[in-house]
Amino acid sequence: MSGTDSNRPVSRMATANRWYDLFSRGARDWLRHNEKVRETVREQLPDLIAGTDILSRPGDRTVQVPVRFLEHYRFRLRDNDAEEGVGQGAGKPGDVYRRARGREGGKAGEGGSGDGELQFVLELKVDDIVEWIWEELRLPDLKPKTTDALTDEDLVQEGWDRRGPRARLDRRRTVKEAIKRRAAQSDPVPFTNDDLRFRQLARRKRPAINAVVVFILDVSASMDETRRKLAKAFFFWATQGLRRQYGELETVFIAHTNEAWEFSEEEFFQVAATGGTVASTGFRLASEILAERYDPARYNQYLFYASDGDNFGDDRDSADRSLCELGDGMNFMGFVETPQNPFESSKSEMGRLFNALRVRNYPVGIYTVHNDGDIWDAIRAFFRQQQEAA
Amino acid sequence: MSNQQLSQYAPRLEGMARDYGLDYYPVDFELVPNTFMMEVAVYGLPVRMPHWSFGVRYIYQYVQHRMGHSRIFEVVFPGDPNRAYLVTDNKLAENTLVTAHVLGHADFSKNNALFGRMQSQVGFRIVEQAAERAHRIQQAIEEHGQRHVEAVLDAALALEQNIDVDRDLMRSDYPVYAAAHDRETPTRGFRGRYAHLPGEDRQAGGEHGLRRSPVPPQPEYDLLWFIARYGPELEDWERDVFLAVREESFYFYPLFACQIMNEGWASYWHARLLREADFLPQQLYLDAIKAHSDVVRPYAGSESVSLSINPYHVGFCIWEKIIEDRGLDAAFRIRTEEDDYGFIRNYLDEDLARQLQLFAYTHRRPRAGEDRYVVEDRDIHQLRELILAPKFNYGAPRVYVQHLAVDGSLTLRHEAGIDGRGLDLPRARKVLEYIQRVWRRPVRLHTAGGSGEEEVLEVSD
Repeated sequence: MSGTDSNRPVSRMATANRWYDLFSRGARDWLRHNEKVRETVREQLPDLIAGTDILSRPGDRTVQVPVRFLEHYRFRLRDNDAEEGVGQGAGKPGDVYRRARGREGGKAGEGGSGDGELQFVLELKVDDIVEWIWEELRLPDLKPKTTDALTDEDLVQEGWDRRGPRARLDRRRTVKEAIKRRAAQSDPVPFTNDDLRFRQLARRKRPAINAVVVFILDVSASMDETRRKLAKAFFFWATQGLRRQYGELETVFIAHTNEAWEFSEEEFFQVAATGGTVASTGFRLASEILAERYDPARYNQYLFYASDGDNFGDDRDSADRSLCELGDGMNFMGFVETPQNPFESSKSEMGRLFNALRVRNYPVGIYTVHNDGDIWDAIRAFFRQQQEAA
Repeated sequence: MSNQQLSQYAPRLEGMARDYGLDYYPVDFELVPNTFMMEVAVYGLPVRMPHWSFGVRYIYQYVQHRMGHSRIFEVVFPGDPNRAYLVTDNKLAENTLVTAHVLGHADFSKNNALFGRMQSQVGFRIVEQAAERAHRIQQAIEEHGQRHVEAVLDAALALEQNIDVDRDLMRSDYPVYAAAHDRETPTRGFRGRYAHLPGEDRQAGGEHGLRRSPVPPQPEYDLLWFIARYGPELEDWERDVFLAVREESFYFYPLFACQIMNEGWASYWHARLLREADFLPQQLYLDAIKAHSDVVRPYAGSESVSLSINPYHVGFCIWEKIIEDRGLDAAFRIRTEEDDYGFIRNYLDEDLARQLQLFAYTHRRPRAGEDRYVVEDRDIHQLRELILAPKFNYGAPRVYVQHLAVDGSLTLRHEAGIDGRGLDLPRARKVLEYIQRVWRRPVRLHTAGGSGEEEVLEVSD
């Protein structure tokens, strides 16, 4: 300004903020990015959550999915075995350096792969996920057992009575009665005993909306970590699907080798044991628990059994018998097989057993699961079958 | 001391700058909050089209900033007037330094030939123009929906660097007919006699000496322009989006291609102007010089090594040496004529490279946790080329349009020979998918595979 010709345009210095604090385009586009991530997550959901790690905390009603930032792709050369570059400092030919973690003054490499990459965690509600999956896989809703077979007793309010316990006094109704009476009488008293009205309850039957799912897991040595995870993932999503349908879903977790034990959900998947495989122990324990706690007239009953298919030959008849016994009261029995040999699915000992049950018209399904990707097929097959059966 | 003082220092610094012969369009300085600055750094422009990819960069920048790894001092948009943004929260000393720095940039952008050529095409009010384009795209979003516009921007921004800076911003279409002197059918001389055998029908086109020229007639490197101009099924507003991205890309090119020179030049002038500004309080001068040496130094300091070079420091040292050896007039001439290629090749000599402790290294792809950077023995020529290597072709692989077929399918080809290797195939496929969504006909890309064999990617509906 000073010291320049008066006709030359001058520079200006504005030191006062104007409205720049209001800018938030970065945040806007960041939100849009997150929205896209959610969409992507939703599209790839089956893949993403079949990675069974997200199920690590079974009690939670949300899952945290680590998500990488979306990349806006550009043409890039393929990675070379050796990249050359220029650095600055006291480097002599032959010196070898390693990158210090997290502190590199330069701009982040264009790829942004390797150190310093940011990840963020997306929290998803399990209910939302289930909702999406149902849409995505177009899974049917389940039907409870037919009403005449399965009933719950319910007390419903039906009409009024002049007598009853105080707790059921309907004041509004009582006052109305009093007003009517007073209108008709020439010299009315405010209330008489005749004005009192009590709510009446009646017993009515309604279809049961309770359900119990029994999970039986073979925990003998041949069921390794991977197999158990697959079984767990199947169990988890089957439960979520059933939970959509039934008001109250109770779960029973049983693990067996040559004996059987009941576990809590948390402990269930941690169990490891050695010993032979005698499946009937598990089925018998299931029968006992069901008979004791879950009246078949009041509960829809589901059973899932996961194993690699092996069972002691001696146990065949016993297992068959206990399964038949169970099958009579069941809505459905599913066998989740994580076979040792991919080509032998359903030809295993347990596979044959369940197949035989199916032939005899028991409500049975068999699902072979080799890897994460199969879980969705299995889940889909399960719910399809349920719909057809209904 | 508040930044209000700046309004007094700035004109005096400008007076000194003009006395030295710096020549620039006036600068509109503005002090803005840090948040705004971060956005400007991410978007490249104060107001720019919305796109989710900016959001990702924003978060990176934000995290860097919060961890204290990144500080932004100034952003200046060349034009007439220049627009410069300084940060309100920075100290007066820093902002005084930055004011002088900006004057250096302003001089550079007015006088450098590459800047001049681009600016005369792009215009001198980039901030307003970009805002106008952003506004148009916002309208398109309202009219055609976010997803649709986003799909177009996905493609256009992915090809941001795939323009041809040697051609003009405003280009006319290819001639429909090939030039009359057709090399393939010579009419004279020995070969002319046999070009048409007796009794043979002359080709229909040949009658008039006209033949439809293929599209494109020669390799076309300006993918954004080609798609905007020749995309068979693009709607007008979609072409408009491509051209908007292209225009901004032309604007960004000189900043990219002169970064070392430009930052070095501005750093040289902020150092010199402040050193000689006797009106500044002593303490302020000391603080400013401290800020200078925090920025204009090797990234790793003197103790350790850094695996990248600081363009401020390298540029600054080269300019200091030029002015010391050849004088100011030569420096003014060099800032007019060169870009980073000429600047590094002509003026980064062996002595300077040694003084700057530049070294070349090889980074082998990590195997089994080994992540090693081995310092190599390289001569000055190789060192210069290594510095410049990331700058070739706007930093992007050389991909050109080879052919637009009659059915509207598009064939792209990557010059793997020139780039030394083929494209990263999964990414290339994603980019093709972006393109195909707006091109709406099959899109093919030829590149080289891992062992140099030809790879063809194709995306269709």
